[in-house]
Amino acid sequence: MTTHTVNRRDFIRVTAAAGGGLVLGFNWLSACSPSSRQAKAAVHDLNAFVKIDTDGLVTIMAPNPEIGQGVKTALPMIVAEELDVDWKKISIVQAGLDTGKYSRQVAGGSGAVRSSWAPFREAGATGRQMLVNAAAAEWQVDPAACSTEAGKVWHKESGKSTGYGDLVEKAAALPVPKNVALKDPSAFRIIGKRMPNYDNKAIVTGSIKYGIDTRRKGMLYAAIIHPPAFGQKLQHFDDSEAKKQPGVQQVVSFDNNIAVLARSTWEAMQGAKAIKADWSDDSKLESTGDYADNFRKILDRPSQEKPRRKDGNIRQAFAGAARVIEAEYAAPFLPHNTMEPMNFFADVREDGVELYGPVQTPEKAQSDVSKLLGIPKEKIKVGMPRTGGGFGRRLKSDFVTEAAMISKLAKAPVNLIWRREDDMGGGDYRPMGLYRYRAALDQEGRLIAWHHHSVGVTGNPSRQDSFPAGAVPHLQVDALEYKSPVTTGPWRAPNHNFIAFSEESFLDDIAHQVKKDPVTFRLELLEQAKQHPVGKVDYDPDRYAGVIRKVTEMAGWGQPRPGVYQGFAAHFSFSTHVAEIVELIRAGDKLKISKVYCAVDCGTVVNLSGAETEVEGGIIDGIGHALYGELTLTRGRPDQTNYDHYRLIRMREAPEVEVQFIRNNEKPTGLGEPGLPPAGAALANAIFAATGKRLRSQPFIKSGFFG
Amino acid sequence: MAVFNLTINRKNYKVDVDPQMPLLWVIRDFAGLTGTKYGCGIAQCGACTVHYGEDAVRSCSLPVSSVGDKAITTIEGLSEKGDHPLQLAWDETDVPQCGYCQAGQIMNAAALLKKNPHPSDEDIDEAMSGNICRCCTYKRIRKAIKRAAEKAGGRS
Repeated sequence: MTTHTVNRRDFIRVTAAAGGGLVLGFNWLSACSPSSRQAKAAVHDLNAFVKIDTDGLVTIMAPNPEIGQGVKTALPMIVAEELDVDWKKISIVQAGLDTGKYSRQVAGGSGAVRSSWAPFREAGATGRQMLVNAAAAEWQVDPAACSTEAGKVWHKESGKSTGYGDLVEKAAALPVPKNVALKDPSAFRIIGKRMPNYDNKAIVTGSIKYGIDTRRKGMLYAAIIHPPAFGQKLQHFDDSEAKKQPGVQQVVSFDNNIAVLARSTWEAMQGAKAIKADWSDDSKLESTGDYADNFRKILDRPSQEKPRRKDGNIRQAFAGAARVIEAEYAAPFLPHNTMEPMNFFADVREDGVELYGPVQTPEKAQSDVSKLLGIPKEKIKVGMPRTGGGFGRRLKSDFVTEAAMISKLAKAPVNLIWRREDDMGGGDYRPMGLYRYRAALDQEGRLIAWHHHSVGVTGNPSRQDSFPAGAVPHLQVDALEYKSPVTTGPWRAPNHNFIAFSEESFLDDIAHQVKKDPVTFRLELLEQAKQHPVGKVDYDPDRYAGVIRKVTEMAGWGQPRPGVYQGFAAHFSFSTHVAEIVELIRAGDKLKISKVYCAVDCGTVVNLSGAETEVEGGIIDGIGHALYGELTLTRGRPDQTNYDHYRLIRMREAPEVEVQFIRNNEKPTGLGEPGLPPAGAALANAIFAATGKRLRSQPFIKSGFFG
Repeated sequence: MAVFNLTINRKNYKVDVDPQMPLLWVIRDFAGLTGTKYGCGIAQCGACTVHYGEDAVRSCSLPVSSVGDKAITTIEGLSEKGDHPLQLAWDETDVPQCGYCQAGQIMNAAALLKKNPHPSDEDIDEAMSGNICRCCTYKRIRKAIKRAAEKAGGRS
């Protein structure tokens, strides 16, 4: 195999693969990569590449974990667009972890398309230019007189054309061109179109393999027992009965966990049930019923912490206000509830470790296992299957280190599979919190001061720069942390998922109290942020106003229809502006959501079908959790550990959703999360329109308005 | 432990397992057919849905000893070439996000269409509300079922 390395751009190299294929490797964001030596060495491994074989088949690697957000389809679309190939003739292959070649292999922060847009386009365009140069040399014409279309180079003047497959060998030997031209968006043939999920056929026939489906020679299935309550630790356990269970092979224990290994999943689970364990209290066992009082006590004391944001002087502003409005909002714990429960395959051997399974942060998994076992990262291989949901739960790699430890102790390859009860009861929840807001208004009903004072379980419960920050002269955000043995973590659109509800409900409340249309009230604030910005303003007031105007047109806001009640909310997250209107009707003595309208400005839409389903799903997810989501604890034990006691939204409750994207050629922004946050607020505001009641704590099902 | 002879996707499987072992785990870990998924283990989410004769059942809650000689069909056996009207409609409608629940959704919808070839929105809500989709692809699931019903309609 010959290798041509062209050191012009760090992230673009070319290699002629065995069999004469052109492999164009690209290390995007290589400027941020800690070691260019690593990247160079990795080129020979051909891990990050576009590959074209002599038959013209194009293979594009998908480097990011696919958790349902559509990146395995969307990222290759960007490459294919600039490469100018027939989408129907490409094949996509999921890459394993190799940060030497792929700088960002994360499913989180709605960041994949945002960070890959420029380097992926450039990689595709560079490959295309090399194929053009090869054809032009053969025809002895000016490359500028050639064009490409669907995997072919054309010279229109002479009528000549050649397929990429016939050019690839020659192209591979050419130098990598500099500063290649990118397509004008008006010429896009793939970007912005509806491309079905690349794995659809494998999914609908059941042939796709998730982590839970991993099967290897000699593999044992492992079930795990964690402490049953937050704040407990393992005293001792008796595994004599468990070991008598059919199929059970071994029992191992580490930290405060016990694992049962068996020849099948169910036998491991049955074995786990037969373990007799004693647990002792390591700290106070908390019940969620006590939290509200604890939270209030904390908020009633003046905060000793430095404010997260401080503009102007709220004390003076409130003292001189014509009117002050206050409200308090309560957020419950939420488990992530990915449909595929936590699981991971690990094979820890003397000569190295193989990890394979569903994780949003494969690099962190590798580094955590490296630290745990004292094995260098280079000896730890990580592979990523298609994953049955993430929602933030798989940003953590606790289940990966558990699998590795079990494999090490059992001296066998293992597939660790958490039961649903382990998963829902296992913590890392969306934090429970209490949010207090005060607004000061002047004689004309203008918002002059805003105070956000909140407390949440572990971590900053706020998003201090969230709107109306930037539009209010005096603003302060005091966000406090309540330390608890209950573990919390990022949950789809972290913090945004609740503060969009509290802020947008409160703004609606204020607008009604000062007798202004809630939409007009927001637009006036956005105009204020544009004309007289205060402090940091991370949203774009014009684009914000753009989605608001769009959604009001879609829903006919301000044109009341009898029996239809509308609620509005908008929110900015992950660089994307979203506005939503929820419509309610009466069904008997209950309310029913009849429709949700949504306008999104996420810049250029890469895959229209994928983008639409992300937003639709995000809205229904947001509504479902606002309506039903709540995990409670009694003396440290989760009261809900399966779907018989924990309600998720189902088909009959899922409303119709209409999504429209603002058409522009701006670079793409986040999309996996931004659709969710405004939904709960728009629903609460619609409930107010229908009933005159303000719902300030979730879940709304407790109000009795819904069936 | 006991020996059971099962017919799954028209193939015979002989397994020696605990009679209480749910069919789901026999299918996944002994027959090696992993298209049928585990979601909750208590018949609440529908990810494990298979056909037991003509009926959609939650295989996580059906002990292997109660299966008898009735034919079992899993997602892998729904059609020979992956071209059941629902499988085609699922792709055309671009239903899956993470995809994990979709085998169960399709098997449940297939049993629905067999009994009711032209379901109304209410029929679909009623039949499909036992299947959770955490990505909330419900809108497209409904559309795909209707699309498949329309296409298959010509045949029945």
